[in-house]
Amino acid sequence: MMASSYNAKEEDGHPSGASGHGGPGVVKSKKPDNTAFKQQRLPAWQPILTAGTVLPAFFVIGLIFIPIGIGLFVTSNNIKEFEIDYTGVDMDSPCYTCAKNSSWNNTTPCTCSVDFTLEQPFESNVFMYYGLSNFYQNHRRYVKSRDDSQLNGGRSALMEPSKECEPYRKTDGVPIAPCGAIANSLFNDTLELFHIDSNGSRNAVPLVKKGIAWWTDKHVKFRNPGGNNNLTLAFQGDFSKPVNWRKPVYELDPSDPENNGFINEDFIVWMRTAALPTFRKLYRIIQKKSSTTPTLPSGKYTLDITYNYPVLSFDGRKRMILSTISWMGGKNPFLGIAYITVGSICFFLGVVLLIIHYKYDTRNNSADIPN
Amino acid sequence: ILHPPCFSWCIRFCLSFKRVDSRTIYVGHRSCPANEAFIPPKFCDNRIVSSKYTVWNFLPKNLFEQFRRIANFYFLIIFLVQVIVDTPTSPVTSGLPLFFVITVTAIKQGYEDWLRHKADNEVNKYPVTVLEDGRRIRKESEKIKVGDVVEVEENETFPCDLILLQSSRDDDTCFVTTASLDGESNHKTHYTVPDTEKDLESLNATIECEQPQPDLYKFVGRMHIYKNNREPAVRSLGPENLLLKGATLKNTQKICGVAVYTGMETKMALNYQGKSQKRSAVEKSINAFLLVYLCILVSKALVCTTLKYVWQSKPGQDEPWYNEKTQREKDTNLYLKMFTDFLSFMVLFNFIIPVSMYVTVEMQKFLGSFFITWDKDFFDPEIKEGALVNTSDLNEELGQVEYIFTDKTGTLTQNNMEFIECCIDGFQYKYRDASSELDGFCVTDGPVNKLQQKEREELFLRALCLCHTVQVKEPTEQRVDGEVLQTSEALRGFIASSPDEVALVKGAMRYGFTFLGLESKTMKILNRNNDVEMYELLHVLNFDPVRRRMSVIVRAISGDTLLFCKGADSSIFPRVRQEEVERIRMHVERNATGYRTLCVAYKYLSAEEYAQADAGLREARLALQDREQKLMAVYNQVETGMSLIGATAVEDRLQEEAAETMEALQGAGMKVWVLTGDKMETAKSTCYACRLFQRNTELLELTVRTLEDGGRKREERLHELLLEYHKKAVQDAPPVKAAVTRSWSLTNQDYGFIIDGATLSMVLNSSNESNSSRYKNLFLQICQNCTAVLCCRMAPLQKAQIVKMVKNSKGCPITLSIGDGANDVSMILEAHVGIGIKGKEGRQAVRNSDYAIPKLKHLKKLLLAHGHLYYVRIAHLVQYFFYKNLCFILPQFLYQFFCGYSQQPLYDAAYLTMYNICFTSMPILAYSLLEQHICMEVLLDNATLYREIAKNAMLRWGPFLYWTLLGVFHGLLFFFGVRYLFSNPALQDNGQVFGNWSYGTIVFTVLVFTVTLKLALDTRHWTWINHFVIWGSLAFYVFFSFFWGGIIWPFLRQQRLYFVFANMLSSVSAWLVIILLILLSLLPEILLVVFRKPRGPHARQVEPKHTDTLTFPLCFTTFLPLFLDAVLHIFVVKRGWLLLFSIMYFSE
Repeated sequence: MMASSYNAKEEDGHPSGASGHGGPGVVKSKKPDNTAFKQQRLPAWQPILTAGTVLPAFFVIGLIFIPIGIGLFVTSNNIKEFEIDYTGVDMDSPCYTCAKNSSWNNTTPCTCSVDFTLEQPFESNVFMYYGLSNFYQNHRRYVKSRDDSQLNGGRSALMEPSKECEPYRKTDGVPIAPCGAIANSLFNDTLELFHIDSNGSRNAVPLVKKGIAWWTDKHVKFRNPGGNNNLTLAFQGDFSKPVNWRKPVYELDPSDPENNGFINEDFIVWMRTAALPTFRKLYRIIQKKSSTTPTLPSGKYTLDITYNYPVLSFDGRKRMILSTISWMGGKNPFLGIAYITVGSICFFLGVVLLIIHYKYDTRNNSADIPN
Repeated sequence: ILHPPCFSWCIRFCLSFKRVDSRTIYVGHRSCPANEAFIPPKFCDNRIVSSKYTVWNFLPKNLFEQFRRIANFYFLIIFLVQVIVDTPTSPVTSGLPLFFVITVTAIKQGYEDWLRHKADNEVNKYPVTVLEDGRRIRKESEKIKVGDVVEVEENETFPCDLILLQSSRDDDTCFVTTASLDGESNHKTHYTVPDTEKDLESLNATIECEQPQPDLYKFVGRMHIYKNNREPAVRSLGPENLLLKGATLKNTQKICGVAVYTGMETKMALNYQGKSQKRSAVEKSINAFLLVYLCILVSKALVCTTLKYVWQSKPGQDEPWYNEKTQREKDTNLYLKMFTDFLSFMVLFNFIIPVSMYVTVEMQKFLGSFFITWDKDFFDPEIKEGALVNTSDLNEELGQVEYIFTDKTGTLTQNNMEFIECCIDGFQYKYRDASSELDGFCVTDGPVNKLQQKEREELFLRALCLCHTVQVKEPTEQRVDGEVLQTSEALRGFIASSPDEVALVKGAMRYGFTFLGLESKTMKILNRNNDVEMYELLHVLNFDPVRRRMSVIVRAISGDTLLFCKGADSSIFPRVRQEEVERIRMHVERNATGYRTLCVAYKYLSAEEYAQADAGLREARLALQDREQKLMAVYNQVETGMSLIGATAVEDRLQEEAAETMEALQGAGMKVWVLTGDKMETAKSTCYACRLFQRNTELLELTVRTLEDGGRKREERLHELLLEYHKKAVQDAPPVKAAVTRSWSLTNQDYGFIIDGATLSMVLNSSNESNSSRYKNLFLQICQNCTAVLCCRMAPLQKAQIVKMVKNSKGCPITLSIGDGANDVSMILEAHVGIGIKGKEGRQAVRNSDYAIPKLKHLKKLLLAHGHLYYVRIAHLVQYFFYKNLCFILPQFLYQFFCGYSQQPLYDAAYLTMYNICFTSMPILAYSLLEQHICMEVLLDNATLYREIAKNAMLRWGPFLYWTLLGVFHGLLFFFGVRYLFSNPALQDNGQVFGNWSYGTIVFTVLVFTVTLKLALDTRHWTWINHFVIWGSLAFYVFFSFFWGGIIWPFLRQQRLYFVFANMLSSVSAWLVIILLILLSLLPEILLVVFRKPRGPHARQVEPKHTDTLTFPLCFTTFLPLFLDAVLHIFVVKRGWLLLFSIMYFSE
């Protein structure tokens, strides 16, 4: 078309009022800066992962993982663990009657004893756990039913517990301390361990009840109102105990003011909600006595249980676990197996890749030289 | 942007009061004698409202607009659900990001609107002078009413649309420039209404003109001037009398004009339309993926809700003694509870649809587009400008272009015209260096009759000097007395809208005839003897694309009335004596290959003839209705019986690197269509020059000429040709697959297709409806199989029609239009991506484009480098976002199976909120801005690389499935890895146990590290920013976790994470599982990376080797996504066939 066609079509119809788009490109009629960033020429490392660079990595991973895995597996296998279910479901189990009769209304404690034998002696410190099954400590309604400000000794939270604590917030208008479903369902079975001598006498195994909770929880997160002195005074009167509790919070461990009230370690351990419906919680520690004798020699033992905690209503189970501990924690073969598997896969892949690399890639070896 | 209420009010107003086609304006609000009852008509005030909001309606209106976006609305709903229903996460977790997004957007839009308000105010409050009853009154611009007489001084902009009544210049003209609007600095002449009185006070007139309409170049009106009870004089008004709002007065001291259209009814305001929102294909993919994820989300929530109620139906599970419900919960209706549970699950899993993705995509686009403006390769030293980005929404579309529609003049060619030669009476004159010969005129063919030839020469040159609309540029220090300025020849500048008019005038100047200027209707020419010749300009018969010619009628001093006409050969030849044609036709046709040719003709008009023509023209110009057609008729009548003097040839040079650019684009798999208004021969030669057509390209021509060959009816011939070409190009061509997948070898026969405007309209608007769609199909299929298509003789609208046709054809290919002129605007707006060239034909194309570049050659880098990178970046961004949120939420979903479907979140609220905002957002943003998986030089050198991302390759269902599977794999791995670790939660060496928050924190730590390292693996271009951001994010995560867990936060009711992270780090097992899971998740990625084709600066030497030795693993890994795609295809599309086959198999 002849270019003279647009002599009239010069005026543009845009209102000067509209400043238009606020987008980029405002800078005009200026030569762009010649900076590396603006020209997208920043010095850059351009990694080229080729078979040549990655193959050694596979072997290295394999070579590191397999020993670690073996180490983990051996460690885990060396950990001694003994587990006994004392729920009392079966007719012949010693706690059957207790399990049958247990309910929160019982005022008289029911006791039962379970006998068991340790085949092997437990060296070093032994950790005593109680385990619960089918107990949903991770249920949302349960997890949120607590008031951490109250547990931290906050005065105002003590008087007026969080709404989340419902329906364990107040009884007859009196605030509950500690409030909430978690605190209310505190595990209250008492477990005592006796070693049966060869001559048949029962020797109580000393159980240490401190050092079972996280240090930070015990010393910072949980605090008694008004310090640890005179808990009775601090709690009495204004507060009521949780409905399911037999005794108020200031009588959890009257013998030791450092382990009483909110900073009672059994309580703190319970308050750390478990991740899965089947869980264990640290109950007691059996300290190593001397280097020569095992902490728990092999032989017969009796577990005396004050059976308070009903679990049959929700088809739960209760266990007592004795376990030694290694640097990786309790017994768990998973990590060792996983490491060995992954290490082997890496190693195997390394070999396969090496074969492929030499079979198919010989002609362009030059390409695989890392730069 | 127009203020809709005001706009609609205007429309309603106009409709209700004035249903007639014209409006009457009383100049100076004076009633006229003819109209006894003077009712002051009501019109819009002169306020321009381009702002959207006021202070009062900003909040509700802006919020409403923002929440109309589907994503924002979704998040609002989630937020409301969280507020109303008892949900697992606090409303803060989704409210905070949403609030952030909404606030940022509101601030941005508010700021933009504030700027608009400021600009509006500047225009509306601008002081203007209005003449009222002989007094000059200063007013604010917005107070101007229709009918006011407004005085405008030099360098002021017109406050509204004015009819020019009086100018301070002697010749009753004024000059305006639209520089402030579109950057064009040439002056346009406007004329006062003839015969108006000098004394405006006593002027008693009415103006009758059409209702406001947006066409800038059309205006019809009539002015009735009443003088002392005499019959009112009528004057016609046209666009040359109308001064548009927004233009600036130049070279004229002051003018007076009467306001005819004000405020929102001015042509400028009516013309402004918000640009149609172009959406990129990537956005469509995002929406499709979003739908999938929404389905996943809903089904997850449904599964969980169902299972929850199944689980609860077992006795003792729903409400064990240790976990009683509140009274309110007990009272709630079961079905309502089910519903709220469903909503709760939705809220819990809502993070799977990432709110931050929209923010990141927006930021990526906005910030990313700066790289285009910053690119110094796009800087043109000539115009001192770089590239311009008008829309950042389409960055990635630049990497997806399949069809390029390019204008020829000014785009492929420079539009820098140079007079090459002319031919007078069949003799060819080639210009040589003017100084070497006395008269600068060289005769090559040798004229027979010297004297007669001399006469013809001078006539020809006079015609060139007179027949145009060129203005002489007046020096900036203008003396207003109108004296002819003695400017030296070299300094003399010409201004015209089209460069070839200037070329012709300059050409004539070199041959000794200089155009001195137009002054009060007198054209002055300096002839060879240095005498000034004067011609009175009687009429200009303007150019229009239909007639394709223009004429002037002048009267020489001698009294002769002459008509000079110049135009395209096809429009001139039928109007001149046939014996003259043959002599010149040969030259014209020879020159047509490469040059633009114009023919020049003239005729003497006798007094009667002139009188007749004059009357006809005046009458037609006065017509209010169908003025165009009437004028055309008169023009056609006048421009007959002329005699041909000669022809000119003007060369239009190719743009720099035009051929290389076109070749690269074709190599990149794009099909280039040239759409031009130029004639076929010229366009064809340009195509050859640009290497769009190669020597071995077989041309398929479908033009008026080929249609008329057979001597049969055009329609029949069209049908026949279409079928023939279709057979050639489509049916006999090798299957498309072979051509597309690998190298485009030259052994295949290339086809080029040529069609002209007339034939195209026959194809598109065939008389027969059924034929029309059939022709269209045939035409499209032929074109799609041709390497290049040339459409010549196109009207602007036809260009857009073609773009639209291709755009809507099968497969919805991405189209790109590039052009520089006003005639390209329609196709620029129509195509997916519109590119404007900052050329010589004004700024309209640039203003309407999405991207503007100074030169055609920049298109190569814009598409091959920037477009490719942007596409890869954003595609990766999108896929990565979906992936990272899938493996974020999947563990949370799996956790529901272990917590009694109670909607217990796995992660702490802080982690839920921060995951997308802080921990994983920056690395992907940095990646999506800086990644160069292949460096720019390589991209530019190997155009074929562009084909690898063609057809949205990275955002198809195959890659999406791959990423989704990866996300599922990672999510499963994270959750179950930690699940088996927690089968014994005593993980510390002091026998203490971990709780649920430790569980979540371990999963989350693995997640953050894996997701970040996955991106690190994908990063091929590590600048310090990438390093900083990737390692910084991880460090920030660790730091934040310590910090968040290190303090008892007084504002939190629950100190869930208190020292959880620190305790986790004190456990060796946790460390080991974290390392194991991260490594295991990345293992497949590392495997894939190993066998991906190595690229980068070193790849160049290596690549040829690689291509011919496709190794087994290479095949495997590169084609894995393709394989998935194929599997999907088979299962979804071909399932019917599979079924059929299996039935057949089993029945046997």
